[in-house]
Amino acid sequence: MSSGRCAACRYLRRRCTQDCILSPYFPSNNPQRFASVHRIYGASNVTKLLQRLPTHLRSEAADSLYFEAQCRLEDPVYGCVGLIFLLQQQIHSAESQLIKTQAEIAVMKSQTQHPQTQPFRAISGSNNLLLQQSDNDANLIFSNQVSSGFI
Amino acid sequence: MASSSSYNSPCAACKLLRRKCMPGCIFAPYFPPEEPQKFVNVHKIFGASNVTKLLNELLPHQREDAVNSLAYEAEARVRDPVYGCVGAITFLQRQVQRLQKELDAANADLIRYACNDIPTGLPQVTGTSSVQPPLTPRNRLAEFNRRVGNEGGGFYQLPGALPYSFPWNDASSGDMNDGDGEGGM
Repeated sequence: MSSGRCAACRYLRRRCTQDCILSPYFPSNNPQRFASVHRIYGASNVTKLLQRLPTHLRSEAADSLYFEAQCRLEDPVYGCVGLIFLLQQQIHSAESQLIKTQAEIAVMKSQTQHPQTQPFRAISGSNNLLLQQSDNDANLIFSNQVSSGFI
Repeated sequence: MASSSSYNSPCAACKLLRRKCMPGCIFAPYFPPEEPQKFVNVHKIFGASNVTKLLNELLPHQREDAVNSLAYEAEARVRDPVYGCVGAITFLQRQVQRLQKELDAANADLIRYACNDIPTGLPQVTGTSSVQPPLTPRNRLAEFNRRVGNEGGGFYQLPGALPYSFPWNDASSGDMNDGDGEGGM
């Protein structure tokens, strides 16, 4: 048994030639890496994918294939698309929080600059900002601020 | 979810694979003949037999979402053979980090105004927002990003509108019964 086989050739029980396309990216010290990729994509698909790429891009391609394979093994229904969803939700949540916070800052700023101004004017100025940004959550926060006597 | 059988037009999978589309074809509900490209991409990246195995390991009500996510990943990989979906993930994560910084700065400003302080010199308050980085493959993604390197925020076209919506929770949805993976084909 050759001790020089890459993880792929060892898994596939074949001889690992010098020009094995998989060996640089699936070293023998990490058999689980190829096992994951093989389970999701299959050896021939991985080989075809890498063969179509210039050599200097293959390492990153192999890494991304491994990442996606791991995501799919952990979540067989959504794979890494689940992660995309999660990130999009986080972005939406962060944007909403940012809008709310910026609206609160606008109110405080106008209070600081015009302490004698009617509170309602400050609100209407900020409402314009909110209308432009069209965020329902921020509007809700504003009406809460008014009703709670914050302004 | 379109259904197809040998009595109607064969599904896109059987058409591409040039075989008879039998009743009970595992692909037929998810690869209608009107959307040939969907199966072309999935077959190109994953292979029909791998998809069959994946679907056979899932409950029937999970399969549609699984096929749609596989189709999304396959399309992303066809468009970007090097990074596939990971390119989109990296881009989105940078957006989250940018927004986190903006939110921290905004919260710091808010505190300054709330304290009626002159807006100079107060240390920035960080980590005051509730945005948390993604949990499950976080370490792996961080490692991947270190390897790939940050190329700076730029425009990244997500592979396309996700074709479906479904309730999401942070827990993995991979609770599956293993119906033994008899080839459904």
